[in-house]
Amino acid sequence: MAVVLILVLVAVASVLFHLLSPWWWTPIASNWHYIDNTIIITFWITGFVFTAVVLFVAYCVFRFRHKPGNQAHYEPENKKLEFWLATVTTIGVVAMLAPGLFVWNQFVTVPKEATEVEVVGQQWLWNFRLPGANGQLGTSETRDVTAENPLGINKNDAAGLDDIVIAGAELHIPVDKPVKMLLRSVDVLHDFYVPEFRAKMDMVPGMVTYFWFTPTKTGTFEILCAELCGVGHPQMRGTVVVDTAEDYQTWLQQQQTFSQMMASGESMTVN
Amino acid sequence: MSVILIFLAGIAAIITWWMAQQRLTSRPWLEAGSVGDTPRYDVSSIPTAKIGLGVFLAVVGALFTLFISAYFMRMGLQDWWAIPVPGLLWVNTIVLALSSVALQWAKIEAEKHHIEAMRTGLLIGLATAIGFLVGQLFVWRELVSAGYVLADNPANSFFYLITGMHGLHILGGLVALGRTTFKAWHAEQPGKVLLSVELCAMYWHFMLLVWLVLFALFAGWANDFVDICRQLLT
Amino acid sequence: MVNIPSSIDDTVPAAEVEDVELYHPHSWWTTYVFSQDAKVIAIQYSMTALAIGLVALVLSWLMRLQLGFPGYFTFIDAERYYQFITMHGMIMVIYLLTALFLGGFGNYLIPLMLGARDMVFPYANMLSYWLYLLAVLVLVAGFFVPGGPTGAGWTLYPPQAVLSGTPGGQDWGIILMLTSLILFIIGFTMGGLNYVVTVLQGRARGMTLMRMPLTIWGIFTATVMALLAFPALFVASVMMLFDRLLGTSFFMPAIVEMGEQLQHGGGSPILFQHLFWFFGHPEVYIVALPAFGIVSDLISTHARKNIFGYRMMVWAIVIIGALSFIVWAHHMYVSGMNPNFGFFFATTTLIIAVPTAIKVYNWVLTLWRGDIHLTLPMLFALGFIVTFVNGGLTGLFLGNVVVDVPLSDTMFVVAHFHMVMGVAPIMVIFGAIYHWYPKITGRMLNEIMGRIHFWVTFLGAYLIFFPMHYLGLLGAPRRYYELGESAVNPPSAHDLNVFITLMALTVGAAQMLFLFNLIWSLRNGKEAGGNPWRATTLEWQTPTTPPPHGNWGKELPVVYRWAYDYSVPGAPEDFIPQNQPNSNRLSMENAS
Repeated sequence: MAVVLILVLVAVASVLFHLLSPWWWTPIASNWHYIDNTIIITFWITGFVFTAVVLFVAYCVFRFRHKPGNQAHYEPENKKLEFWLATVTTIGVVAMLAPGLFVWNQFVTVPKEATEVEVVGQQWLWNFRLPGANGQLGTSETRDVTAENPLGINKNDAAGLDDIVIAGAELHIPVDKPVKMLLRSVDVLHDFYVPEFRAKMDMVPGMVTYFWFTPTKTGTFEILCAELCGVGHPQMRGTVVVDTAEDYQTWLQQQQTFSQMMASGESMTVN
Repeated sequence: MSVILIFLAGIAAIITWWMAQQRLTSRPWLEAGSVGDTPRYDVSSIPTAKIGLGVFLAVVGALFTLFISAYFMRMGLQDWWAIPVPGLLWVNTIVLALSSVALQWAKIEAEKHHIEAMRTGLLIGLATAIGFLVGQLFVWRELVSAGYVLADNPANSFFYLITGMHGLHILGGLVALGRTTFKAWHAEQPGKVLLSVELCAMYWHFMLLVWLVLFALFAGWANDFVDICRQLLT
Repeated sequence: MVNIPSSIDDTVPAAEVEDVELYHPHSWWTTYVFSQDAKVIAIQYSMTALAIGLVALVLSWLMRLQLGFPGYFTFIDAERYYQFITMHGMIMVIYLLTALFLGGFGNYLIPLMLGARDMVFPYANMLSYWLYLLAVLVLVAGFFVPGGPTGAGWTLYPPQAVLSGTPGGQDWGIILMLTSLILFIIGFTMGGLNYVVTVLQGRARGMTLMRMPLTIWGIFTATVMALLAFPALFVASVMMLFDRLLGTSFFMPAIVEMGEQLQHGGGSPILFQHLFWFFGHPEVYIVALPAFGIVSDLISTHARKNIFGYRMMVWAIVIIGALSFIVWAHHMYVSGMNPNFGFFFATTTLIIAVPTAIKVYNWVLTLWRGDIHLTLPMLFALGFIVTFVNGGLTGLFLGNVVVDVPLSDTMFVVAHFHMVMGVAPIMVIFGAIYHWYPKITGRMLNEIMGRIHFWVTFLGAYLIFFPMHYLGLLGAPRRYYELGESAVNPPSAHDLNVFITLMALTVGAAQMLFLFNLIWSLRNGKEAGGNPWRATTLEWQTPTTPPPHGNWGKELPVVYRWAYDYSVPGAPEDFIPQNQPNSNRLSMENAS
């Protein structure tokens, strides 16, 4: 009997825990509420299956536990039942997969109007780069990384000279404008992860990865590294601020371009 | 990873073919035997050691196929400079093929109970296999002295890694072949060592096949082949 | 000597070796140490696996202490923490679960359940164990070398695994880890050949494939998969060793480490991930399939009912095994690989849910209208169903590519894989030990200690890992030495972490009781007799218990029926052993 009670308790308590849990996702600050919705659908389907299976097991133990004189029923298989169970399962799986693939298609299709923002990870801090007045990012190469040029921007590429470099400081982005995050790393794997934006992607040295999103809420958010990158992994935090359009412009005016940065670096070495 | 998937599809085909003969759709609960029945053995008549070697070769095949998969994926990146194929490699290929032929001959002679010829075959096989390994070492030396060192370029790294791995497998085979040859010298009847000789020959043919594929890979023919496949697909 | 009349179509199979000299070892060394008896090798494998598992358990305590009480235990610094999680993960997945299911249960059960005298290649089988032991020793040596073991995470992703920012990356740690893996794989291949070929060639008279117990199906399929998947880890390990020791650039792109340009260039970290997960995903099923098989037999035996839908169960095992080779990249949705792969891998991954679900249905339908004896193996089987269903369902979140995006690399993943391939298979391992211990030793394990062990382990493990999902949902990333101040680490999450740590300590303590029970019952357990569970399969029909080397004495068993003739209508008892033919009366009844 204890077994039955505990099994029922496990099912009921799990559902209650889910409903009453104070540990729920952070308020969303991007357009990816589709992802949240898919998770909700998945929770409903899987929650139902879990409760049903555990309660069914509890019932079986209650009803068919051994008593003297009992004999088990002899039934090697029941094709019809198995067929129906397989069909219902398939429908459940499709109900989760279809919206999932639909949203994934949106996730991998970057809108044309998205502005590019480059994130460059290194052990254990974040650097950023925004396109300058010409609207495009210059080329870059890990081999070109030096103390003065932590992002390895190509000095001979004119397109890169007006790029805005934010080394080890806060990133600002404007609200309600889609952004394409271009992700690079100069040493090991990192992962650009802002829980409120839901999206994340690994940063792989030697290649440029990307994802896109539209910030929908102004505010300050924490960037966490979500791919183990050595002992400093938990300290690799950064800040991204989602600004209104005006605040963003004000902030942007105060930032240094790559050529300004190189000039000040040189003057510092001269001094 | 497509190369390993093709390889696994082949393995899957063999497994499916085998399973198709195992009455997997029977209803075992309806088939209880009665007193007086003597059920049959339901196993293959191929010697167990041969099946064991077959399974092992599938594992070795997977290993080399994975190396080849990695080779193709790495080759797609920008810093790849193909390594030249020294002429000596052709000689080594012929030597290894001779080795394989010698063991096949030893096997045929063993089946005919010609023990002297079998011993000769085994010795030739042993000598040529050692010759192949020595030849491979000379290839390595030649390449290194021409400046193609291990860490300079991924093509070089793969060449040394994969030929080394193949050499180790031949070396392992030599242990078995050495033992077989030793046994052949002390056996009165070829029958006692026939199975061992057969297994050695089987292993040798397989390692020759692996080598031919690898050779094609290093010589660049495999790339052409892949390109043709790609064009056919598109 | 076996003397059965053979007809023309009969071959003399491996099972039918004579009661040969090999089975009468002459010295203590060849009986207990360098033994070629699969059963002794099984016990050697199991004891080594349990011993190294104990190390992993202690490591899990240490990391939970850090997570529950950050900063309180000063000897656990970040470096040590990463070394602990790495070694814990690698030990549990490879050196405990794989070794115990295949090397332990495989060796013990395959010959016995198939009616063979031993494995077909006993010498290679013995070598397999000694290589495994060597691999374990090399792994453990990591704790005693300068720099300590590697702290790269059990996935060993380059480039960080071989760089100085990771513990052991530029010291001995990573070298020993890779060497140990290579040794393990070579050793496993020797054992694996035995398991596969013994199933192919060692089966007793009448033991057709469809009469094999599901335990054997599970172990057999898992071994075939392991033989084909482990080479990928071998290749990845060898290539990474080259990168680390010889300066090649297989996986190493151009890197600026701490302001310094390294010599490497052009390599691809993603290439490693493909190789690793090409092994890594089948590995999940290499652990799960033997568990599926064993739990099917436990449920059937202790519910006194044939496993429901045996044929479907067999097909599902084979289909799951095959499909598991084309889903590996669902571990790499956010790795930066071509995002279009996501469509394919999400679909294949969710397709696997169907045969897996069918297996679950068939387990619970076996309970339906059964005669359920709530023995210890049955309790653990029930615990398996609950934890496996839970962990399997959360797999549907992570397999569904877009849902994986927010959840990947969070505590949700940690909770998921611990539930599905940690707790659930370990439930089966315990159930199996309680089930087969009487055959191995001749005595029953103590019931009271067993029940305490079960309830603490099952409920405790559930309480550890079920709430942990919600930390991940909240956004807490995994592999964080400390989360500190963060929106994803509110004070309530901290309280939850304290709770989880306390549960982890409790569950760990319960395992000590289990180990004590294992030793205590050797002398003080109740005498079991040959077939205490009244089971049908061949291992319970040996002439003596524990079975001697050679298993069957003079006569090999002959198999007349499938493994699940429980509660057959009209039969005098509620089970009919596989080696018992129908009396003519009974077969007439069945026919009518």
